[in-house]
Amino acid sequence: MSPRDPWQGLARHTPARIALGRTGASLPTAEVLKFSLAHALARDAVHTPFDAAATGAAVRALGFDTLDVASAAPARDTYLRRPDLGRRLSQDSRALLAARPPEPVDLALVVADGLSSAAVHAQAVPFLAALKPWIAREGWTTSPVVVAREARVALGDEVGALLNARAVLVMIGERPGLSSPDSLGLYLTFAPKVGASDAQRNCISNVRAEGLSHEAAAFKLAWLLKEAFRRGLTGVELKDESDEALVDGRPPLRLP
Amino acid sequence: MTYVHQVGSRRFAFADLKDLMAKATPPRSGDMLAGIAAATAEENVAAKMALADLPLKAFLSEAVVPYEADEVTRLIIDGHDAAAFAPVSAFTVGDFRDFLLSDAADSAALARLAPGLTPEMVAAVSKLMRNQDLILVAKKCRVVTRFRNTIGLPGTLAVRLQPNHPTDDPAGISAAMLDGLLYGCGDAVIGINPASDSLPVLDRLIKLTAEVIERFEIPTQSCILTHITSSIELMNRGAPVDLVFQSIAGTQAANSSFGIDLAVLKEGTDAARALKRGTVGQNAMYFETGQGSALSANAHHGVDQQTLEARAYGVARVFEPLLVNTVVGFIGPEYLYDGKQIIRAGLEDHFCGKLLGVPLGVDVCYTNHAEADQDDMDTLLTLLAAAGVTYIMGIPGADDVMLNYQSTSFHDALYVREVFGARRAPEFEAWLERMAITGPDGRLLPASGSHPLLGFATDHTSAGRAA
Repeated sequence: MSPRDPWQGLARHTPARIALGRTGASLPTAEVLKFSLAHALARDAVHTPFDAAATGAAVRALGFDTLDVASAAPARDTYLRRPDLGRRLSQDSRALLAARPPEPVDLALVVADGLSSAAVHAQAVPFLAALKPWIAREGWTTSPVVVAREARVALGDEVGALLNARAVLVMIGERPGLSSPDSLGLYLTFAPKVGASDAQRNCISNVRAEGLSHEAAAFKLAWLLKEAFRRGLTGVELKDESDEALVDGRPPLRLP
Repeated sequence: MTYVHQVGSRRFAFADLKDLMAKATPPRSGDMLAGIAAATAEENVAAKMALADLPLKAFLSEAVVPYEADEVTRLIIDGHDAAAFAPVSAFTVGDFRDFLLSDAADSAALARLAPGLTPEMVAAVSKLMRNQDLILVAKKCRVVTRFRNTIGLPGTLAVRLQPNHPTDDPAGISAAMLDGLLYGCGDAVIGINPASDSLPVLDRLIKLTAEVIERFEIPTQSCILTHITSSIELMNRGAPVDLVFQSIAGTQAANSSFGIDLAVLKEGTDAARALKRGTVGQNAMYFETGQGSALSANAHHGVDQQTLEARAYGVARVFEPLLVNTVVGFIGPEYLYDGKQIIRAGLEDHFCGKLLGVPLGVDVCYTNHAEADQDDMDTLLTLLAAAGVTYIMGIPGADDVMLNYQSTSFHDALYVREVFGARRAPEFEAWLERMAITGPDGRLLPASGSHPLLGFATDHTSAGRAA
């Protein structure tokens, strides 16, 4: 039996793995297994195949149209080694988007697997459900929701440009941590075009039940989008001051 | 100039020195991503053979990154010590490997040689070495640095205590810091990666770590790993800054992407030294590096990532840092794909740093999208301890909840001490014993719920604590 550390009360102040106890120099069995489980969940989040069909069906049930696309990375191992391929559409997908009628829209919507299919499976649909009322209230026109496999954030630039969108929102699985395997990231880019830099985007990260809630994230995104349209830009020059619009810590009914 | 090597009936040509170096590098995903890796295993070995025949002197006349375009190249060439180089000046790269492994290359000889070596020479010879060669030669190198304790003495291994918190909460950071100290970690530095870059937050963290060090008279130093310009501003405002941190890379363009140049590194070094906060020395800088950083900034000039990493150590040594570490597996699988590549890169980086005279530690680490796990980290940690690594990271349970990656834990440090008998920095070792955290054999004593350090936790985690 290994003794537990007598300062376990401190553990309530941090999600870090403190006061684990020890047996000699080493971790107790239970802690080794807990760590293994957390790593297994994170690995599975990266490698579980993205269920684009089920995600698309759930998105359509919300009342959106959908389009399925794939990046130029043919498989997961290539995707991990070649981030450049994950940033561009496959030839078929490019042709599919290019063949659409060129009516402009305010916002192109992209749901992308990124580095955590688990995050997209868990967060994308409830987040879109929370965003939908803001889109309706502001009267923004949107593209069909583009469901993208083996995709990086910058894939949205090509999608947004082909769909003639004023801005693109990429909802993507973030690199999983041991304590956050299913965290969704939101990337908003004004005037999307191939070759945009990360400094031209606004990012909202850690969207999940234990982090930023779907409702809070949807309000932040709507605030940023309205400011982006007002000022004609996103990125480092657009600071997120949406917190100042909160009423008693909650999103207001309308955007300022 | 073009380099050619004949293998049987096949002739391999390499366009220039950087092409030869890239093709001779053991395989890794970053060089493939850059499109500069050898196309076949045979070409890889042919390049090694051609490199083995290359005179070391060639590195003084052909730069891998143009002298006119890059201040790092100018630093390397202009700072080269020809007298120190003299004993090896007639060698080829292959001869140089044989020399480094010979009994003649003892600790004193290698220390004398360091100023005569350029990063490119060191990178080149590493490409001809197997893992055991990298371990054996690094083990002979001695690099000792000092601030409030002495880092790098033979038979010692230090630990950076890394008590990060996702929102920089002082109570959460204090809790992790005390956990680490009670596990006998923190002699290299108590170093926090802040989530925020706001100056008031950074100032509060600096004061928090300074307070624990002063209150318990801990012979160690603190560091907030924020941009050097923020540290300079904090020093101007009178904050108690011990070590000044900065990420650095091996080309001017990559450093520029970090928002730094050599002038600002000098400014930070001078400012930190002027505070004279060290008690046994004034090695006041803490640098972090990692293979792939120049490529990810699109600033690699077609040079392989391992050679550029060695050039980062060429930058570091000029500023006489207390600590340098390569964050070897943090960058992701597009640069180092799996456990094998991470292990190789960790050993190369440690060897190159030590041979250049830099106090090199390794953040033995990986991300969850790399093909690696704790077993790979155990292997690299064990090999680095055998190689005499200066320090490793100590993170609660190996899980960094701010940066979302896995590194080494307080327990991992205890493991290395058990297996290798590696001791802590002597001043810190004496403090731990005085505080009844360890016994005379260096092992932890049974933990006590009434240890005085826990009084600090009570003060800093209660509702009425001073901000």
